[in-house]
Amino acid sequence: MSGLTLYDKIWAAHLVKQREDGTCLIYIDRHLIHEVTSPQAFEGLRLAGRKPWRPDANYATPDHNIPTTREERRQGLSGIEDPVSRIQVSQLDENCKEFNILEMDMDDIRQGIVHVVGPEQGITLPGMTIVCGDSHTSTHGALGALAHGIGTSEVEHVLATQCLMAKKMKNMLVRVDGQLKTGVTAKDIVLAIIGKIGTAGGTGYTIEFGGEAICSLSIEGRMTVCNMAIEAGARAGLVAVDQTTLDYIKDRPFAPKGEMWEQAEINWSQLRSDPDAAFDQVIELAAETIEPQVTWGTSPEMVAPVNGTIPDPAAETDVTRRQNMEQALKYMGLEGGTAIKNIALDCVFIGSCTNSRIEDLREAAQIVAGRRKADNVEMALVVPGSGLVKQQAEAEGLDKVFEAAGLEWREPGCSMCLAMNADQLGEGKHCASTSNRNFEGRQGFGGRTHLVSPAMAAAAAIYGHFVDVRDMG
Amino acid sequence: MPLDRANVDTDFIIPKQFLKSIRRSGFGANLFDEHRYLDVGEPDADNSERPLNPNFVLNQPRYRGASILLARNNFGCGSSREHAPWALDDYGFRAILAPSYADIFFNNCFKNGLLPIVLERAVIDELFQQVNAEEGYSLEVDLPRQVITRPDGSTIDFDVDSFRKHCLIEGLDDIGITLQDAEDIRSFEKRWRRTAPWTFRADVG
Ligand code: SF4
Repeated sequence: MSGLTLYDKIWAAHLVKQREDGTCLIYIDRHLIHEVTSPQAFEGLRLAGRKPWRPDANYATPDHNIPTTREERRQGLSGIEDPVSRIQVSQLDENCKEFNILEMDMDDIRQGIVHVVGPEQGITLPGMTIVCGDSHTSTHGALGALAHGIGTSEVEHVLATQCLMAKKMKNMLVRVDGQLKTGVTAKDIVLAIIGKIGTAGGTGYTIEFGGEAICSLSIEGRMTVCNMAIEAGARAGLVAVDQTTLDYIKDRPFAPKGEMWEQAEINWSQLRSDPDAAFDQVIELAAETIEPQVTWGTSPEMVAPVNGTIPDPAAETDVTRRQNMEQALKYMGLEGGTAIKNIALDCVFIGSCTNSRIEDLREAAQIVAGRRKADNVEMALVVPGSGLVKQQAEAEGLDKVFEAAGLEWREPGCSMCLAMNADQLGEGKHCASTSNRNFEGRQGFGGRTHLVSPAMAAAAAIYGHFVDVRDMG
Repeated sequence: MPLDRANVDTDFIIPKQFLKSIRRSGFGANLFDEHRYLDVGEPDADNSERPLNPNFVLNQPRYRGASILLARNNFGCGSSREHAPWALDDYGFRAILAPSYADIFFNNCFKNGLLPIVLERAVIDELFQQVNAEEGYSLEVDLPRQVITRPDGSTIDFDVDSFRKHCLIEGLDDIGITLQDAEDIRSFEKRWRRTAPWTFRADVG
């Protein structure tokens, strides 16, 4: 018999019950909550007269539509101009109070994007099952946890039962062997993977990311990769636990301490796939072949190396794909055959749960230090992922570096990743973005998003068009 | 109603400005908002006053009252927002036919009384041709028998998970079903507290 994958192990450890048709009742260790997908779930609980099964397993923070300007934030809740957003945020406060759930509210220094806060606080731990009403919950898999997004009905289900009804996924291994070239980052790895397998390539799978290039990444980098597993169609992405993982978790506020830490460490060190584990599919990439990536279309799979060109739809033989490309290019106002470097930019956005951690900000700051943003770049936002990331960045003087270069330094939140707050990309504007989705209208009605790494976004801000960061010296 | 476009994402189905509602209903008027109307939709706006996009398929008179959505591959990709099935359901769709769906969306449909049916690409292609060729073309979906009937009487069989089918037909509440297993959950929890005590927080009972 072949060995077990990491996914198999975590799944088996959390199996409460299996029904005859294969549906399983899976125990959930952590449930993360934000303001957008939870109000209807809490309402459902109230209507049915139910209570959360285990309040201590739930952690909440508002992120999606809170403002990111200092002025608005200084006034707390009443500073949220949009009345509808304000109701959602205050509703979260009330629900958490009523149901005894720990909330890091908008005035708490720990507040931030839920996928940044979880790992940062040690709420996310290896071997756990973690869910959240948000598809980028896959991020937490970077710490060897089985984490995925759920819908609002499931949010209510988890609140009420601490379990999820699910069927097991298949196993996929994406192995990135060798070493990355300098200037190439975790974001480029994951964009290259999506370019290779497509946005539906991982549908029905849990993807484990492995290989030398993945193991060499920091936890922040692994989070960037797992974050975008969902853009490859996979609900969950995973990386095995190693020393890097343990070092990252030690001494985090909610991480186990003392004797319990030692017990946990022993348990966690087994969280890796067996050498003879059977995967349903294995995808291999050579790290050396990965260049800095830039998306040119309206799906993350529409991606090309920075030194490449936008592919010509006329050369595509599959009709559906060709139509897709044509639609995308029409929306983007671009043409096949154009060099990626010739795409002019109006905006830059550095932030989101993909790339708003301290490491990402350092990477971007290093590029803009001592330089000035190009005149054609009208708006360049840098939005830290949490209050603590912001504090750390300011302690390192990164805010000053950004401001000196003409970039705006903001308060933590999702911001222009999905433009639910006031941060919106204008119609027809091109934006170099470190976020994870370039769908039509994602960053604002008619906005045109190009997904890139923080270093590439920073370089684009300086030149006003895409450049290869490696040429900047 | 045929929606001839691959990778329709959840932003396409219901743009994010409508996610700010704290209710579950009323999203139907903003289904496919960015394509259905010519202006930019706002929550709480009077949608009946807004200019319609005559080229968008939903606005064609022949598809008024449609309850079956014919779609292309990877339908519902993108975010986990349940507002997408809520909007489809609120508008009046009962079933979707497509070659493939995004996982989370597929799941969310069943939880909201919406039936996503997977059919082979060739069958979907054929259905697109037929509906485009024939005004008044309509299909009938029979969930208990798992068949789709075309106007000429010919049928297409489809698969559906038996448990989900049961829940859809009976209109069962998932939470109620799970709570029947409350004893199993408690005994699992007791064991788990010994195996992985760090997953429990002591300060909240
Ligand atoms: S940063 Fe963007 S992708 Fe991440 S949780 Fe917020 S809105 Fe979603």
